[in-house]
Amino acid sequence: MYVAVKGGEAAIANAHRLLAHERRGDPSVPELGLDQIGEQMSLLVARVMTEGSLYDPGLAALAIKQARGDVVEAVFLLRACRTTLPRFGAAEPIDTGAMRVRRRVSAIFKDLPGGQVLGPTFDYTHRLLDFTLAAGLPPPPPAEAPVETPVETLANGARMPRVASLLGEEGLIESGGTDDPDAPVPDLTREPVSYPADRALRLQALARGDEGFVLALGYSTQRGFGRTHPFAGEIRHGEVALEFTPEELGFPVPLGRVAVTECEMVNQFHGSAERPPQFTRGYGLAFGQSERKAMAMALVDRALRAEELGEETSAPAQDQEFVLSHCDSLQATGFVEHLKLPHHVDFQAELVLLRRLRAEHAARYAAREAATGAASDDAAEPFQEAAE
Amino acid sequence: MSAVSETREQALAGYNFAYLDEQTKRMIRRAILKAVAIPGYQVPFASREMPMPYGWGTGGVQVTAAVLGPDDVLKVIDQGADDTTNAVSIRQFFERTAGVATTTRTAEATVIQTRHRIPEATLRAGQVLVFQVPIPEPLRFLEPRETETRRLHALAEYGLMHVKLYEDIARHGHIATTYAYPVEVSGRYVMDPSPTPKFDNPKMDDCAALQLFGAGRERRIYAVPPHTRVRSLDFADHPFEVQRFDRPCALCGAADSYLDEVVLDDRGRRLFVCSDTDHCATRRAEGHVGPGEEEAAP
Amino acid sequence: MPAMNAAPEAIPPAIPPAVPGTIPAAIPLGFAEPSLDSQRVFRAVLEALARPGQPQRLAGLADAPRPLTPELAAIALALADHEAPLWLDARLAAAPDVAAFLRFHTGAPVVTDPAAAAFALVADPADCPPPEAFAEGTPEDPDRSTTLVLAVGHLTEGIGMTLAGPGIPGRVRLGAGPLPADFAARLRRNAAGFPLGLDHLLAAPGLVAGLPRSTRLVAEG
Repeated sequence: MYVAVKGGEAAIANAHRLLAHERRGDPSVPELGLDQIGEQMSLLVARVMTEGSLYDPGLAALAIKQARGDVVEAVFLLRACRTTLPRFGAAEPIDTGAMRVRRRVSAIFKDLPGGQVLGPTFDYTHRLLDFTLAAGLPPPPPAEAPVETPVETLANGARMPRVASLLGEEGLIESGGTDDPDAPVPDLTREPVSYPADRALRLQALARGDEGFVLALGYSTQRGFGRTHPFAGEIRHGEVALEFTPEELGFPVPLGRVAVTECEMVNQFHGSAERPPQFTRGYGLAFGQSERKAMAMALVDRALRAEELGEETSAPAQDQEFVLSHCDSLQATGFVEHLKLPHHVDFQAELVLLRRLRAEHAARYAAREAATGAASDDAAEPFQEAAE
Repeated sequence: MSAVSETREQALAGYNFAYLDEQTKRMIRRAILKAVAIPGYQVPFASREMPMPYGWGTGGVQVTAAVLGPDDVLKVIDQGADDTTNAVSIRQFFERTAGVATTTRTAEATVIQTRHRIPEATLRAGQVLVFQVPIPEPLRFLEPRETETRRLHALAEYGLMHVKLYEDIARHGHIATTYAYPVEVSGRYVMDPSPTPKFDNPKMDDCAALQLFGAGRERRIYAVPPHTRVRSLDFADHPFEVQRFDRPCALCGAADSYLDEVVLDDRGRRLFVCSDTDHCATRRAEGHVGPGEEEAAP
Repeated sequence: MPAMNAAPEAIPPAIPPAVPGTIPAAIPLGFAEPSLDSQRVFRAVLEALARPGQPQRLAGLADAPRPLTPELAAIALALADHEAPLWLDARLAAAPDVAAFLRFHTGAPVVTDPAAAAFALVADPADCPPPEAFAEGTPEDPDRSTTLVLAVGHLTEGIGMTLAGPGIPGRVRLGAGPLPADFAARLRRNAAGFPLGLDHLLAAPGLVAGLPRSTRLVAEG
């Protein structure tokens, strides 16, 4: 007699044990340490922290290890941890102008105060597999800074001003934003998004958004689906101080430093009867060294401002409901992958209907054949006569 | 009962009761209360990121976690069955985090979390049925924009839905929607009953139990209070009708339950058995016997 | 999931540790078991709104500072927080202990504009502001509306108002008092304005009954 399959607790437990075994791989190969992941897969750690909305390189490394290197799964683990963490409040805005810069490039000026700093970048590597890495040979030591580094301090005290502020002095670019800096910081993980969403919320969604999705959307704007005529005003990466103002103290105290990558796109000028033409901006920020993400985010941020700037909105990247509803990798993967859960009850409902429709179709066809014979098939739509 | 209370102690030691923090539970509870007060209306809520994937029932789990108390008896089903993998997994989650008693018996449960079915046994007052919902918006596949669908609900403008159903009739001779069949709640809001087969729609009408719906990824909660009119949309010349099976359950002989079709081999042998495993087991325990396996179709 | 196990230990007290002399020692205790007590109160309120006009048992907070009734206090502590502001009627607002108690236990802002409140606590229903003073929601967001919690002296089934609507098999009768003099008109306003409107909880000693906006007052006879 037929006995139904049971997806029992033992099966689930066994699957988890097998998964752990697969994760570990061949036990004769040394176990991966979190310090190794943190040090040697730092870009992966940065991406998981960025999309996981949690700056904790150690936990991100653990998530990567536990997820067997699957980025989305690692983001999931980090987010599920984040959601249980207590909130103390919102930090002070970070000052990227005061960044301890490791890399800084601008595509719009040949040279600028603070200089172009190439830093650690793949940009000019020749993508040739390096077999010395396979052999585990140590890299040559990094170049040492010249002993006498001329430090030019600008009038405002900054050593490396952001490019946008240089343009801003002439009024050539719009100011950084009209949002009230003292307004409460919106948090899409604590309140449901309603449309239209303001820019702060959109940037938050983009920062958490899947890198591949944001990249493809940014790319689409360059190919004409919501063109924004971007120039890479500046990309900078380094460490910034994080400060927090406790309610009872009333002044900011330092919490530590975080590594971020910031991108400011300078986009085609825009003007109206009231406003003289100015360059507009798109903004991207990500944890760690995440240039691709920061740049793509800046492109999409600018595209999403189309409505605010009175531009025609017709492309996917300009449609905030489309972008914000689909950029989250956990939401996307959950809904795509849930199709592997059983759906046989609904499928049965479709089977029942399909069999009935086919039977009715066959009956109608037979009846028509009998009535008209082989002659003069009038090509009537068989379904049109279907009312019962 | 010492074993149960010990489980509870352990559960409470590691986690907040039912996993969610108190602030989150209050937020969800307030959304549930508004959902009950406005039957069929989708209340936005700040769905949390749960330790299980979107699509696996994060909305239902959050609603259950907000409702559940230590005196509750929880039943979890998926496709009507208590022993499907995800039902087992969710039941385990609440056993661990809330230490509540669980059951597979519909009649014994006070909270039933379900995916894709409503139990066959008539539900009673005092029970809460929690549905896992993937897409809460009944108009979503006709109008993808949330801004637009919210406006349509505000205006009670449901012409689109009727046009869609009527196009089915013109094309197929029937309304071709077989699951997630839209309903009108208490004469006002059109609501998605979640992807239950339309077979289950009549059970929602004037149901003695409270029905709560949670959509985690889409961040919506909605509700049907007990004894509320739930009408499946239809037309005077094409009245709503449910699926019928031309044979009884092979195991328990039930002629009025929703059946799963089980493929036995590659020569056309099929078995039709109750999708509601508790209903089937209860009937068999009462002595009902089905016809067993049938011969292959010719 | 080690991080989840560890989390509760890491959670600091919701309210900063008392600086001597700043927290009045007189503030009475709240729930003995906040998680479980809140759940019980919520379920009573849920049943009350799901089965309008059919009173449910509700364990109040005996130590609530008067004129806040034990039931009003329990409902406020179970459901209000910094995201769900409270409004107090004139009688409650006149007793500073009440606001201090509610602020201390819920963290909820106590607002003076009734339309800004998620929950309005009314100890003196005869003096309740008119319905339009509260938030009745908008056509697209009817849920953004105030829930009125009225302290009543008694709730009696089988007499009084005849009610119908979702949650009610046929009709039920509910006697309650004291209520605002124009309470029947308020219920009719709810029915006419649905889905906009106000949801009411009537809390008597040991009992709570719900009158959500979906409940209609029907002519008797």
